[in-house]
Amino acid sequence: MFSPQTEAKIDALIAKYPYKRSAILPIIHLAQLEQGKVTEEAIHYIADRLDLEPVEVYEVVTFYSMYFMEEIGKYHLQVCRTLSCMLCGAEEITAHLEKKLGIKPGQVTPDGRFRLSEVECLGSCATAPVMQVNFDYYENLTPEKVDEILKNLP
Amino acid sequence: MAETKILTARFDLPNSTSIDTYLKTGGYQALEKALKMTQEEIIEEVKKSALRGRGGAGFPTGLKWSFVPRSSPKPKYLVCNADESEPGTCKDRYLMEKDPHQLIEGMIISAYAIGANLSFIYIRGEYWYLIAVLEKAIEEARARGYLGKNILGSKFELDIIVHPGAGAYICGEETALLESLEGKRGHPRIKPPFPAVVGLYGCPTLVNNVETLSAVPHIILKGGDWYRQLGTEKSGGTKMFSLSGHVNRPGNYEVRMGYPLMQLINEEGGGIRDGKKLKAVIPGGSSVPIINAEEAARCNLDYESCQSVGTMLASGGVIVMDETTDIFETTFNLIKFYKHESCGWCTPCREGTDWLVKLFKKIKSGSGTQADLELIERLCVNIEGRSHCPLGEAAVLPITSAMKRFPEDFTKRVRKTLPVLQPA
Repeated sequence: MFSPQTEAKIDALIAKYPYKRSAILPIIHLAQLEQGKVTEEAIHYIADRLDLEPVEVYEVVTFYSMYFMEEIGKYHLQVCRTLSCMLCGAEEITAHLEKKLGIKPGQVTPDGRFRLSEVECLGSCATAPVMQVNFDYYENLTPEKVDEILKNLP
Repeated sequence: MAETKILTARFDLPNSTSIDTYLKTGGYQALEKALKMTQEEIIEEVKKSALRGRGGAGFPTGLKWSFVPRSSPKPKYLVCNADESEPGTCKDRYLMEKDPHQLIEGMIISAYAIGANLSFIYIRGEYWYLIAVLEKAIEEARARGYLGKNILGSKFELDIIVHPGAGAYICGEETALLESLEGKRGHPRIKPPFPAVVGLYGCPTLVNNVETLSAVPHIILKGGDWYRQLGTEKSGGTKMFSLSGHVNRPGNYEVRMGYPLMQLINEEGGGIRDGKKLKAVIPGGSSVPIINAEEAARCNLDYESCQSVGTMLASGGVIVMDETTDIFETTFNLIKFYKHESCGWCTPCREGTDWLVKLFKKIKSGSGTQADLELIERLCVNIEGRSHCPLGEAAVLPITSAMKRFPEDFTKRVRKTLPVLQPA
């Protein structure tokens, strides 16, 4: 189902916990990292590996906000919208990205390169406003800094 | 007065994450001392320190440890709660990023005190980059004999698993965290039984916050009395405060418990941005009541003083708002957060937060009336104390406190109407 590297990581995760069901969150992360989203096939495969029903994996996938069953683009731009970031200008950052990319939060650019999301507190309140691009934090943002970041993404 | 750096003492050292730096600066000496003490002696020392849970609840740590039945034949587990997601709080992140060994040493001592041989760090998924930092530190500790079998020749055995969450505020609640760690949706459990008795996999489990566990080595090495005198009589030690919002120098600051709130804002934080006046402060993360400038002037950063001005110390996320802030907008921002993070399990919280968001939207659009404000108040009454877990209450406190302290920010948004008929 996955690359040999991912398969080896999944094997190691299953062996690590006293009960293998506990490995479900990190395994779904791995699946999403490799395939860009959580696919239905991946859900069935993970259920098989953990001796669960597919619905038990599905209900976990749909509970947590970091898992996506739809396309999230090559770069997922997640702008924090919660209070500390709002006080420091998060709305301006989101508006800037909307204008620059021509998409609203929740949408993906036609070329599949960017998805824009407004997310809840990222735990980076003292360096607000903040956005996470995939797993990387970008802090103390200004519209100019955002332009620079997007330009430098490979 | 200024910062008192105990937990943050190593933050500015070069290579602060490496075990060599840690050992050179007194690291793992507390563990050596602890392994020569009995479990009761360790718990007694922590009780003496007046350390209280730093995740938000502020429950006395030593007492929590003493609830774990050490004679139980079941395995015991220690879980470090690193799911830091209370808006305004970003301290645990730096404790892990800058000094992971301090946390690991605290965990080994705590696990020894309750008789646990396996422990977990449940870290929020967004802090992905920290997993590598923690795992490297765990490997270093294992290589030097501080983790694994027969730690320092004591026959005590411990392993630590770093477990990523996947984006759910509710998993910071300890029973929801345990459900999540068992591989399920993060729905909180009914208490009692408390996790100390029936926790992870149905076994006795101790759940403590990163900052709480990081304080343990200092308490063991220098004594509970020493730690206690750093703070106030009832709130021992130092605490980290994440200062954010309209201040000149936002950041994480470690100060003695009982430190004046305004001093933190004006001295550490460099005062309000652009020379403006203070309007409001949320002193303990988004879930605690908001206070006005007059109350902030009387508030010290300890559990009792915060309570005396009608708010809570909780996680120590200090959010500062200047005179230009519209408290209706900030409250709306927070209720959207709670609506998004409500786990959906119980009706008062799931439907209540959704309804509140709709009412705030209506008022923001300009078509709200006085009756809508009254309805918001009634909804809050019907959520508070009636939800499955404390999230319902956390959603309500920011609203009721804001409407009480800054009524004009709400009333100026609505049209006056005749009073609503109340059912007889």
